[in-house]
Amino acid sequence: MPKTTTRRSTPKRPKVLVPKGNGILKTVLPNGLTVVLKENHNAPVATFWVWYRVGSGRERTGITGISHWVEHMLFKGTQKFPGRTADQVVSREGGQWNGFTWLDFTTYFETLPAEKIDLALELEADRMVNAPFRPRDVSSERTVIISEKQGGENNPRHLLGEEVQAVAFRAHGYGHETIGHLCDLQTMTREDLYTHYRTYYTPNNAVAVAVGAFQAQEILKKIEKSFGKIKRGPAISANTTVEPEQRGERRVTVEGPGTTSYVELVYHSPAAKDPDFPAMVALDAILAGASSLSIFGGGTTNASSRLYKALVETELATDVGGSCIPTMDPYLYGLTATVRQGYTPQVVEAAFDQEIDRIMNEPVQAAELAKALKQARASFAYGSESVTNQGFWYGWSEVFADYKWFETYLDRLTAVTVADVQRVAQKYLRRSNRVVGYYLPQ
Amino acid sequence: MPLDKAAIPGSHNIVRQTYPNGMTVLVKENFSSPSVVIDGLVRAGAADDPIGKEGISALTSHMVMRGTERRTFAQIYEEIEAVGATVDVSSGINVTSFGAKSLAEDLPLVIDILADVLQHPTFPDAEVEKERGEVLTNLQERANNTRRMAGLTFRELLYPVDHSYRRSVQGYTETVAAITCQELFNYYRSAYGANGLIVSIVGAVKADEALRIWEDQFGAWVGAQVVRGLPPSAPRLTERREKRVNIPGKSQSDLILGVIGPNRLAPDYLDARMANSILGVFGLYGRLGARVREKGGMAYYSYSQLEGGLGPGAWQAVAGVDPANVDKAIPLIQAEIKRMIESKVTARELKDNQSYMIGSMPIGLETNDGVAGILLDMELYGLGLDYLINYPDRINAITAASVQAASQKYLDAENFALAVAGPVGG
Repeated sequence: MPKTTTRRSTPKRPKVLVPKGNGILKTVLPNGLTVVLKENHNAPVATFWVWYRVGSGRERTGITGISHWVEHMLFKGTQKFPGRTADQVVSREGGQWNGFTWLDFTTYFETLPAEKIDLALELEADRMVNAPFRPRDVSSERTVIISEKQGGENNPRHLLGEEVQAVAFRAHGYGHETIGHLCDLQTMTREDLYTHYRTYYTPNNAVAVAVGAFQAQEILKKIEKSFGKIKRGPAISANTTVEPEQRGERRVTVEGPGTTSYVELVYHSPAAKDPDFPAMVALDAILAGASSLSIFGGGTTNASSRLYKALVETELATDVGGSCIPTMDPYLYGLTATVRQGYTPQVVEAAFDQEIDRIMNEPVQAAELAKALKQARASFAYGSESVTNQGFWYGWSEVFADYKWFETYLDRLTAVTVADVQRVAQKYLRRSNRVVGYYLPQ
Repeated sequence: MPLDKAAIPGSHNIVRQTYPNGMTVLVKENFSSPSVVIDGLVRAGAADDPIGKEGISALTSHMVMRGTERRTFAQIYEEIEAVGATVDVSSGINVTSFGAKSLAEDLPLVIDILADVLQHPTFPDAEVEKERGEVLTNLQERANNTRRMAGLTFRELLYPVDHSYRRSVQGYTETVAAITCQELFNYYRSAYGANGLIVSIVGAVKADEALRIWEDQFGAWVGAQVVRGLPPSAPRLTERREKRVNIPGKSQSDLILGVIGPNRLAPDYLDARMANSILGVFGLYGRLGARVREKGGMAYYSYSQLEGGLGPGAWQAVAGVDPANVDKAIPLIQAEIKRMIESKVTARELKDNQSYMIGSMPIGLETNDGVAGILLDMELYGLGLDYLINYPDRINAITAASVQAASQKYLDAENFALAVAGPVGG
């Protein structure tokens, strides 16, 4: 069993900051745990999330995929909740729980009937420190994760995306898939995993978020009780790797099974906190359709977007999509299309280029910008129906900026001008700043 | 903890209205967010696709969104997307579903569009060809997708040759390629109508207002007058029927092993659902997850699924495994099915699963989508407006004996359909 890192003394009551108007309570406990709480009494449910500021973006060669594997290990039980007990107690209460790992984070959540939310606090506080990483669990999970990776590899789009991502980054950890390289998954040891866990799973490297039908001050007391006794860990150094500027277009081809071709274009794009980010969101909505603000999908269709008209209406492709994702460090703006039978990736790429040149060279219409804003407003409203979705966004935005990033999202989008869209198009959609990928069926 | 009955959708807060043209509208107000969801169906399903025209119902459902007497394809989507709304129509095996989501202020617009596409589609030639091309590319992708090919093959093994459930809802390359515009239009005229239409409207709108807008747009619609009976039943398999589809170059194989399950109207449906929860849902995929994923470390997913529905849907175990482990995973799944049949579930398992099925209700009812979906089911399957109010009692009445009886009636550890898609021979 691991050494316990708990202490008995009750922490001093932290200063609580309650910003006016938005009903959000944010504070930092003496052990460094950031806490964000929002009451929402629309339905008798509540969600609780713990976010760790570590993801695949921090992984070095040899241990790629370690953040995700550690996430899996936190579902293997502790002394307090052995085996699948936690799974059963959450399910028994009618709850949902899960974990996600991505570039900048590893996160866990439970959504439960509101009166049962204490269970989530208990589970998360326990597994922040007490996961044992038993060798036999490490061994069985190794094959489960390799199986998960194999499932992804069955999809040609995934194979293409993985390659394009790798070509886009030569220094930053964003260059490998979160699942990791097969050789690393085959060779990583229990000690590697446990070291990662003990390094990054500390209150001072975590954010706890609760949204739902509770009294904020009451749940804060409970969080202090569950988490306050966990000892602060050593400070985590910031990720200092900066991806060097790309000097010239890069191209990559992936060959694989199937009969359908795919095209993917990615452009190095600004981080979430960059002032250019809102204009990139608007640009993406105009080019490829608005992204959903719900983790459960359900975004609007994109048949009135520029790229749909240029690629799908013209029957060169059967679908087209864009992705503009908030990240800590500069990541990628991505465009993908499925090539229609009888056409080539080259023809599709040329059609992409025509639209990209157009948005760089001509100002967009004010109506297009207004549409992007209305879509975001609607998406925001849909997303607010679910406490789980809100918990996700408050936590995620704390990881790459702070919760206000999400709160003020619509305001910042409203401030974007036609000139801003053209400026970011010219700044980021240069050919020298991109990677072009083709999937060619063999 | 007793449920707060006043907050649950029931006869006290659902408005239900039937109309002379045969449609039924259900409305539940919810002003907690400024959005509205519409979930509905018309009685046109792929089960009625003529032989040789497989895919016609699905293609029709896509085509109604591609042009009407008043709007072109581009106009339809410009209007919808300009307000951040969604409108969609898609065919399943027994019914064609339609739906919409919008801010409350845009509800009249999305109902106007739904009325337009369901009542006045024009099937323009050029749009049919665009849609056909997209479907054909999609079918081409299916041929290379292990999960989809396992599903397609599984149904071919499970149902008799003449059963409509055996055939693909999306159709096949040769049938989709051959469907003409006139056939689509004829199919539409024969299958889409207000008789039997059900719609639920949930969100930030007053019930009388929602009814008024819906009635204005749909009250005079008649359309096809066909009244469909329930789909034919399908016999239990009396042998093991197995097929492996070779898709070389893939890293993972998908396998589906299953039998005919109860339809949603069967008296023992909830008992079977309880059995299914214990077998492959509860916690991380129930007993199947524990055996195949946790203990065997063999799969990322290994769960079971009960289709229910109007007809003889499947009851199936699904797993994604390393091609080299396919033959190791199958006996593990068989063993868990056998255990469901031969032994009663433990009192603890039953209690946990009862608690799960009842306790998860508030989360399912949190969003407008969740409520709209349940309202539609209540009406389609005749469950009654107080179904959710009575649901805890129904679940608590399930016993280990009734779970075993349902398992024995439907499940079979020896005679089943088994489809595997992936690299054959590991």
